[in-house]
Amino acid sequence: MNSLFEYLIRLGDDSLILGHRLSEWCGHGPVLEEDIAMTNISLDLIGQTTSIFEYAGKVEGKGRSEDDIAFLRYQKDYKNLLLVERPNGDFGVTMMRQFLFDAFRKPLFERLVNASDAQLSAIAAKSLKETIYHLRHSSEWIIRLGDGTEESHQRIQDALDELWKYTAEMFVEDEVDESLLADGILPSMKGLKEEWMATVNSVLEQATLTIPTNNWEQHGGRNGKHSEHLGFILTELQYMQRAYPGMEW
Amino acid sequence: MVSTDQIRQYMEEVFDPEVPVLTIVDLGVLRKVEVIGDTVKITITPTYSGCPAMKRIEDDIVELLKEKGIDKVEVDLVLSPAWTTDWLSAEGRVKLKEYGIAPPENEMDKSVLFAEPTIVPCPKCDSRDTKLVSQFGSTACKAHYQCSTCLEPYDYFKCLK
Repeated sequence: MNSLFEYLIRLGDDSLILGHRLSEWCGHGPVLEEDIAMTNISLDLIGQTTSIFEYAGKVEGKGRSEDDIAFLRYQKDYKNLLLVERPNGDFGVTMMRQFLFDAFRKPLFERLVNASDAQLSAIAAKSLKETIYHLRHSSEWIIRLGDGTEESHQRIQDALDELWKYTAEMFVEDEVDESLLADGILPSMKGLKEEWMATVNSVLEQATLTIPTNNWEQHGGRNGKHSEHLGFILTELQYMQRAYPGMEW
Repeated sequence: MVSTDQIRQYMEEVFDPEVPVLTIVDLGVLRKVEVIGDTVKITITPTYSGCPAMKRIEDDIVELLKEKGIDKVEVDLVLSPAWTTDWLSAEGRVKLKEYGIAPPENEMDKSVLFAEPTIVPCPKCDSRDTKLVSQFGSTACKAHYQCSTCLEPYDYFKCLK
């Protein structure tokens, strides 16, 4: 197995699937500005996916383009976190999912900027600037909703309770990470989880929200074991390529 | 064969399709111009990862150079160093304001949480009494503001460093 390719697929699938989820809000946002914000963030994420998959195709060396990788894989070959394939739910669920993810991606990209692999570092530097805006946006919503009305507080707390079990998967290091760390391609991820936790704690505290005490962890996405939701996403995402194989425009 | 200076001058005729008053030179999207043998190689960089204008800009470059009689053109897209609003030219800033888009202020909002949004003077009446409507505007590179003095809603070309 090519560890760098595998790592890029994980990184790219997180962006792709969350980008797709956010795009589902297009035309359905609670207010026009939010509709535009979510689709802007979606665009950033899908743009990042393009850069990541383009590079993954080169690393793999089998001539696959970014579109081939995005559209022509089976479900078990997708390696995104289970968190990002969770359904949009209400606006609170979408924003909580976004916040938990943004708070992870910012310190991750800050580390990846120092990757010895030049292209990975360049992608991280580019994406980091965008992620800072995303995190700010989602953090503000968490605080506004948590410290808002009784109804908004309850809904965003429910969202946190529902999604919390999917966050542990972000910090698992397996043989893919270990081999890249050993080869010096990936920089040390030391302190990543602590930094994430500090952001989460600070925002949740201002939002008057409570982290659930149930510490059950749900893993699977990184190994291609997905919830039923990913199948529905792929059905839509891959529709054109499945119905008209090889089509271009 | 044409000189790189000549090509660079031609590039002043390639406009950003989404902010049509700015050329790719004003924007700092144009990174390098090289003439290698009989091939012209142009290097550009995206403002944001998902900027949908890049493909169009690429096509426009090829088409323009073809009109100028240059057939062998390579357009290379690089990500590093990552684009920053610092590369926006002084002339570009003036053109933006005249077009009704507030140019980037020098400081990016570094603080992630509830920082006071940057004061962005209104491009129409120059009032500093303005408010941020949304960090995300009509394109990835813009935020949405409104002037509290003249009530003009406007785009702010947001600072990226």
